[in-house]
Amino acid sequence: MSKVLILGEHDGKTLNPATHKCVTCAKGIAGAEITVVLLGADTAMVAAQAAAIQGVNKVLRVDRPENAHALAATFAPQIAALAADFTHVFGPSTSYGKDLTPRVAALLGVPQVSDLMAVEGAYRFRRPIYAGNAIVTVEADPARKLVATVRVASFEAAAAGGAAAIESKTLGVALPAHTRYIESRSGSTDRPDLQTAARVVSGGRALGSAENFKLLFDLADKIGAAVGASRAAVDAGYARNEMQVGQTGKIISPEMYIAIGISGAIQHLTGIKDARTIVAINKDGEAPIFEVADVGLIGDLFQIVPELSRLVGT
Amino acid sequence: MKKIMVCIKRVVDYNVRVRVKPDNSGVMLDGVKMSVNPFDEIALEEALRIKERGANVEIVAVSIGVADTQQQLRTALAMGADRAILVQTDAAVEPLTAAQTFLALAQKENPDLILLGKQAIDDDANQTGQMLAALWDRPQATYASKLAIADGKATVTREVDAGLETIEVDLPAVVTVDLRLNEPRYVKLPDIMKAKKKPLDVTSLESLGVSAPVWLKAVRTEPPAQRQKGIMVKDVEELVDVLKKKGLI
Repeated sequence: MSKVLILGEHDGKTLNPATHKCVTCAKGIAGAEITVVLLGADTAMVAAQAAAIQGVNKVLRVDRPENAHALAATFAPQIAALAADFTHVFGPSTSYGKDLTPRVAALLGVPQVSDLMAVEGAYRFRRPIYAGNAIVTVEADPARKLVATVRVASFEAAAAGGAAAIESKTLGVALPAHTRYIESRSGSTDRPDLQTAARVVSGGRALGSAENFKLLFDLADKIGAAVGASRAAVDAGYARNEMQVGQTGKIISPEMYIAIGISGAIQHLTGIKDARTIVAINKDGEAPIFEVADVGLIGDLFQIVPELSRLVGT
Repeated sequence: MKKIMVCIKRVVDYNVRVRVKPDNSGVMLDGVKMSVNPFDEIALEEALRIKERGANVEIVAVSIGVADTQQQLRTALAMGADRAILVQTDAAVEPLTAAQTFLALAQKENPDLILLGKQAIDDDANQTGQMLAALWDRPQATYASKLAIADGKATVTREVDAGLETIEVDLPAVVTVDLRLNEPRYVKLPDIMKAKKKPLDVTSLESLGVSAPVWLKAVRTEPPAQRQKGIMVKDVEELVDVLKKKGLI
């Protein structure tokens, strides 16, 4: 029987929805027993949230002061020690999971399957390569532990309604002192989180300046959307790095994605292809974004976006 | 700091749109333009800048791959690496094997810092740097957008989902680089000529004691599902109507 260990992601207060999506992915393995592990200084709050996810059988808490910050070098040996009881270890394909999971795999001496987008069996999965230009089905050896990251945009979040047992673990694992957390800076806003928002308004180089991004923020605030950006817009300094959507930025799956002044390079499209509805606004009718858009409007964004903000507000 | 090792992967050029083979056995690579993985180019650029800021440091570019990977290592030498090592193999090298190979090279070369891209744009695995750091039992700092070296330590600002995170690691360490760390230089013709005289050693997996098993079997490769053709609207009013009908606003 498959026993899946999911590396829960959290900030001490809130369990990241990426965890719920990993649970859905793990449920795709027939008969899997699912355990969520939480490392932190105090994981009581988030453990309760994890225990309430439908399909989770058990929640493990590993609380110790050194776990206050999610450092891969600190977490990985603890996860590797816990992994002995499991057949599978799944992390989310967020910056947290992508940093940590391969370090766990290497400590276990096993390969990793990155970005699971579909489960075809306990050891058979589909994943994207070449910026999503090809989808490969891979088979791993059932004799080895299977370590993977889950492409969270490919899975719905598992619903609430579970009541898993919570167990605290004390691990006698020596932790390295060679890696130290200094600080975090985020452009925190009241807007929804880009990775989990139902609606996203996103801008490209055609915005022309950081000031002009205000047009997008106005529209986003009218419809309760998060704001994203293309790599070109981020490179040009119009938008912050954490707003980048695409192959090397965030992979998202909102209900609606409004691409404004984004031409639609393949590297960008790979980040949005799971969006339910893609709306494209661009003055170039030949822009590749229109090939994937469900609704397209050709025209000048500087006229269209303010008008759109006005009309959706009524 | 005496030595920086930069790991480089030969990949299909960034501008090539790869196509899946009709028999689903992989992607078409015949005659396709190959380049240095763009993230690895950024890693090398960072090493060069550390050197140019006055560090008396040797930069060793290393790669694993077919004989033609020498082309990408020559590019690295032309950019400014001092010497290069190719671990030549025709085998498909998965990230764990790559990490084991780089570990073997690190144990020979004893670099103070290993720089590489956060991911390669072919398999998009995003694993090798982290695995190498684990096997080497050294710190890792992934997704670097800023790197400062002083007093045997590296202070690294990382691009994470929530914004930026700064960590400090003791050297030697593995740092994987993100897009905005720097903008790599263009190679000039005289540098290409000069690079031809720089040492490029060729070795093998066997001589490093590494095997390249098929860890993960690629069973089938397919093109991605296509989205249904959408509709064009003529103005903002029509756009709002359509979105309202779809229940999106």
